[in-house]
Amino acid sequence: MLVFEKNALSEDIEEFILKFGAERSALLPILQSVQRKHKYVSDFAQQEIARLMNIHPVEVYSVISFYSFLHSNPQGRNIVRLCQTISCDMAGKIAVADAIKRELGINFGETTKDKRITLEYTNCVGMCDQGPAMIVNERVFTKLDPEKAVKILSEIK
Amino acid sequence: METIIKKTQRTGPVIFSEYTRGKAVRKAIEIGRNDILFELKDSGLKGRGGAGFPTATKWMLSAAANGEKKYIVCNADEGEPGTFKDRVLLLEYPELIFDGMVIAGFTIGAKEGIVYLRGEYEYMLKSLEDYLEEMRKDNLLGKNILGKDGFDFDITIRLGSGAYVCGEETALIESLEGNRGEPRNRPPYPVNTGFMGYPTVVNNVETLAVVPHIVLKGGGWFKQHGTDKSTGSKLFSVSGDCARPGVYELPWGIKISELLFIVRAENTKAVQIGGASGVCIPKSQFDRAFAYEDIATGGSIMIFNESRNMLKVLKNFMEFFVEESCGQCTPCRIGNLKLLEGVNKIESGDFTFGYINTLKELGKTMQVASKCGLGQSSPNPFISILENFKEEIFNSKNRNGGSNGKAR
Repeated sequence: MLVFEKNALSEDIEEFILKFGAERSALLPILQSVQRKHKYVSDFAQQEIARLMNIHPVEVYSVISFYSFLHSNPQGRNIVRLCQTISCDMAGKIAVADAIKRELGINFGETTKDKRITLEYTNCVGMCDQGPAMIVNERVFTKLDPEKAVKILSEIK
Repeated sequence: METIIKKTQRTGPVIFSEYTRGKAVRKAIEIGRNDILFELKDSGLKGRGGAGFPTATKWMLSAAANGEKKYIVCNADEGEPGTFKDRVLLLEYPELIFDGMVIAGFTIGAKEGIVYLRGEYEYMLKSLEDYLEEMRKDNLLGKNILGKDGFDFDITIRLGSGAYVCGEETALIESLEGNRGEPRNRPPYPVNTGFMGYPTVVNNVETLAVVPHIVLKGGGWFKQHGTDKSTGSKLFSVSGDCARPGVYELPWGIKISELLFIVRAENTKAVQIGGASGVCIPKSQFDRAFAYEDIATGGSIMIFNESRNMLKVLKNFMEFFVEESCGQCTPCRIGNLKLLEGVNKIESGDFTFGYINTLKELGKTMQVASKCGLGQSSPNPFISILENFKEEIFNSKNRNGGSNGKAR
């Protein structure tokens, strides 16, 4: 990581701490903000957060590793989460998943080479009546079919 | 945005009946704490998340608890597979949820409310925060609410980050405090020692949404709906093989077969009630009722027709639990893995009945030995599906017969 990138990240973290506070209960909102902006919480970011909150870095890491929406390694610019739970499964999840995999040339849990998309499975997203469903960053798309899903993904930058 | 945010025409006896923002708060201030608690107790309202703890008792305990601060937490971490009623309430009826929180705050003497919104619902955050801002303008939140001296209450929204177990109230509190979402030992209960050690009421979204109606129309009115032990109505999230999936408000005591008729389900083989952690009911028991005295549920209804392979359904559930177990206690962490291993072995035909029985015993051990509701209920589908569909699952002729998902 370049020095100016580190500085920018530190500034971001300081800003988040100013906004949410430095108490332990602010840790999750701070991590979520870093995750939202940088798509992952790097080792350096974890150490900075720990330093500014006066806790051990491993405390920060333990929280990141617990939550499936927080990442400690680099992700793509967009995170795509396809619901794998039973109602979406019965509504045709496999066909959608296969089409996405073919189109992007990656498997679930992987990131495209151009870092455009990270593809993941997720558990029930509460769209069981309108499945199959997926979340792209924080937007929800429902009633997918293979063609529709691929079209949505082709439109994100 | 693909989600339908437009207010659709919904009808129901309690939650989906007429309501104007602030009306119940005004009445609450008028009648005072004791009368609110009385009406709530009289109504017999039980927690709508699934556990069914009497709401009045929870509020009384925290009202009586000592603490310089108290908190109201709205559990909007709706993660149970097949449940989406809270999504509808949050998008279409925020006035009920937030008024319910304000009334709760007034009743127990809390000044702060927190909505723990699941990370998957982040897309609602903006509209909910805008709504709270409107309430502040109308003096329904903030200082001296509706002119009542000393009645201060405000609500903040906190996001989850994709952890099913955070729907368990003590795990939720851990998460709010900035920790891993691992459930705590109980007692102490959150009503005494909750968020930051202060007395805290954690209520499901639906429970809070019922409160304004009870305050306005009284416990006696509420009791007219439902059965003796299961008063009022319940929101059912219906998905799977039916023509009309969606959220329905129906009185407690309704039979499975009646619900299947309402949602136009045909050729139904099984209904999974209560989500992945619930039970799977076969056709022969469709005359059973949704009620605390028969099948209690948080409202997740997943319908499977004759073409579905129940073993694959079970496998999906067990994979879910293996992923979502927080890993803190051994029965849940290892037990779910062993049950999934068993499902895989049944699928490949590599099993003995002695082994299956051992796994069922293991499931029963998990039900008593796990620390929280996740591990205590995760063996439910394993035990009920293997019991109720043994013909289909253990008869090799049928084993590869069904399909689970159109694409296979």
